[in-house]
Amino acid sequence: MANKLISQMGLPPAIANIFAARNISTAKDALSMTELDLMALLDVDLGQVKSAVSRISEIVCPPYQTALSLTEDRIRSERSGGHLPTLLKGLDDALCGGIPFGSLTEVVGPAGIGKTQFCLKLALLAALPVSYGGLDGRIVYVDTESKFSSQRLMEIGRSSFPQIFQSDRVLKEMGGRIVVLRPSSLSEFTERSVAELSRTPVIVTNQVRGQTNSEALHYPFEGQRSGAVKSPESFESHLVAALGIQWAHAVTVRLVFEAHS
Amino acid sequence: MEISNLPISPSHRGKLLAAGYTTLASLSSISPVQLAQELNIALQEAYDILKVTSESRNFESCNEGLGEGASLFSHSRAKTAWDMLSEERSLRHITTGSQKFDAILGGGIHCSEVTEIGGAPGIGKTQLGIQLAVNVQIPVDYGGLGGKAVYIDTEGSFMVERAYQIAEACISNTLDKFNFQGMDMRACQEKMQLNNFLSNIFYFRICSYTEQIAVINYLEKFLEEQKNVKIIIIDSITFHFRQDFDDLALRTRVLSGISLKLMKLAKKYCLSVSVLLFNQVTTKFTEGSFQLTLALGDSWSHACTNRIILYWNGDERHAYIDKSPSLPSAAAPFSVTCEGIRDALPQYKRARTT
Repeated sequence: MANKLISQMGLPPAIANIFAARNISTAKDALSMTELDLMALLDVDLGQVKSAVSRISEIVCPPYQTALSLTEDRIRSERSGGHLPTLLKGLDDALCGGIPFGSLTEVVGPAGIGKTQFCLKLALLAALPVSYGGLDGRIVYVDTESKFSSQRLMEIGRSSFPQIFQSDRVLKEMGGRIVVLRPSSLSEFTERSVAELSRTPVIVTNQVRGQTNSEALHYPFEGQRSGAVKSPESFESHLVAALGIQWAHAVTVRLVFEAHS
Repeated sequence: MEISNLPISPSHRGKLLAAGYTTLASLSSISPVQLAQELNIALQEAYDILKVTSESRNFESCNEGLGEGASLFSHSRAKTAWDMLSEERSLRHITTGSQKFDAILGGGIHCSEVTEIGGAPGIGKTQLGIQLAVNVQIPVDYGGLGGKAVYIDTEGSFMVERAYQIAEACISNTLDKFNFQGMDMRACQEKMQLNNFLSNIFYFRICSYTEQIAVINYLEKFLEEQKNVKIIIIDSITFHFRQDFDDLALRTRVLSGISLKLMKLAKKYCLSVSVLLFNQVTTKFTEGSFQLTLALGDSWSHACTNRIILYWNGDERHAYIDKSPSLPSAAAPFSVTCEGIRDALPQYKRARTT
């Protein structure tokens, strides 16, 4: 939408030509400038700039929906109302049905807790036919740590769904729906836009690092923590997800896996 | 006012100056036909220039003459503080759901103002947004504004099921409250239907900063068509401006343009729209250590009228009034429950891992 061409928007020819003459060809170019800058650049008066910007904005603005029609659409057209059920009852209840479509879900936990196993199970669930609670779909599994084990995947399939995974033909069918990518360096695609545009569930795993209380960040108005107070908890380190605050803002749902003794 | 400050195209301005017209007064007694001949432009263009000039002159004379005679007040857009006092007193607030939070806000989120709410991921910004989108719809008879909500989602964090849960809880809590006060239950129930609540939230899903600018420009027209929108929530204003922008100077200009437009929207409709912006958090090196601060920089921090920061105080969620022209700095605890935002309760504290 941002790269929509001004020439195709149906603006009055006079103003459309002026935009083209000044090399402002997409909506992004036009809307990135303030109205006064546009007025100076295009050499037209403010009233004309305002009406052109208003028309471009109206065209580029995505259509709205009411929350009610969102619910109705999703129930009608998407599997399980827009969620991928994990078959873990407590988790599915907490997530209102399962892993949501169209947003980024992050799984965080210490090494060995079960993040990769969770991903393998989800990959299988997404491949299953709808009658078994799956999405009957294809999966892209991006494996950066070389942890994907096809044998383990099949083992999970045979034990969890023995009634489906009886023949080699089914194994081949399900296994064939999962495409495994092994990038060896930071690749170009952004996980975010994949989720937004195609309404698919996107899951990422993340590692953890330790953090002691003294490192914890505070706002300026919170003042200095009094150094004299030494509670036993202040020496305990607790786990924090890696990649920092900016990444944490970018994910929509964060599932934290931890061990309870 | 000088000709050089008029909002007309640079070439027209250049021609006026070249022909010797430097002040507005010099254009006061000229006709469009004469002007068109002198500047060698089309008649319609001359007419437009004179129209802009006379509008600017009206504004100027009103500002000069303030205090001299009541007739000037009827033209001017300026108001006295006394007039504004009665307006401010009649403004309503949108309850957040937590009484202590409402208390530090002076009753709730202010109408006709732009409020920025920032906080770390997971603190409850989206939850607060959904709660306010529901609470704004409580009918006037039951202490609300009876209005509609616009929810602009830039991150994909709006969950319809959650809106459903929060709306259901809001309806049943309001009915309980008014049942207790002996009001007519059937009338209550008719006014507060779950499907109506969901259909009064207008949802926009934004995927780039261009769309974000476009939707804010489009809102003016949208508000004229959809009467009775009382709150606009942008969740979050930061997201697309952090990822896509290399040119920070351009980012500052675009953001100030956005904040001006939003302020105009909030004030324009005397039926008072609240504008709520959510911001993310980043770290800043000040006074010898890294501290948390809201994103988008120092110039953005001037843009909003009110600023509230949501933060963790130990294991409890707190809200802090960081900036407000009328409220003192204060903090209040709140919690996020399955019913939405409510007062802090011991069972809703955070688990140890982040």
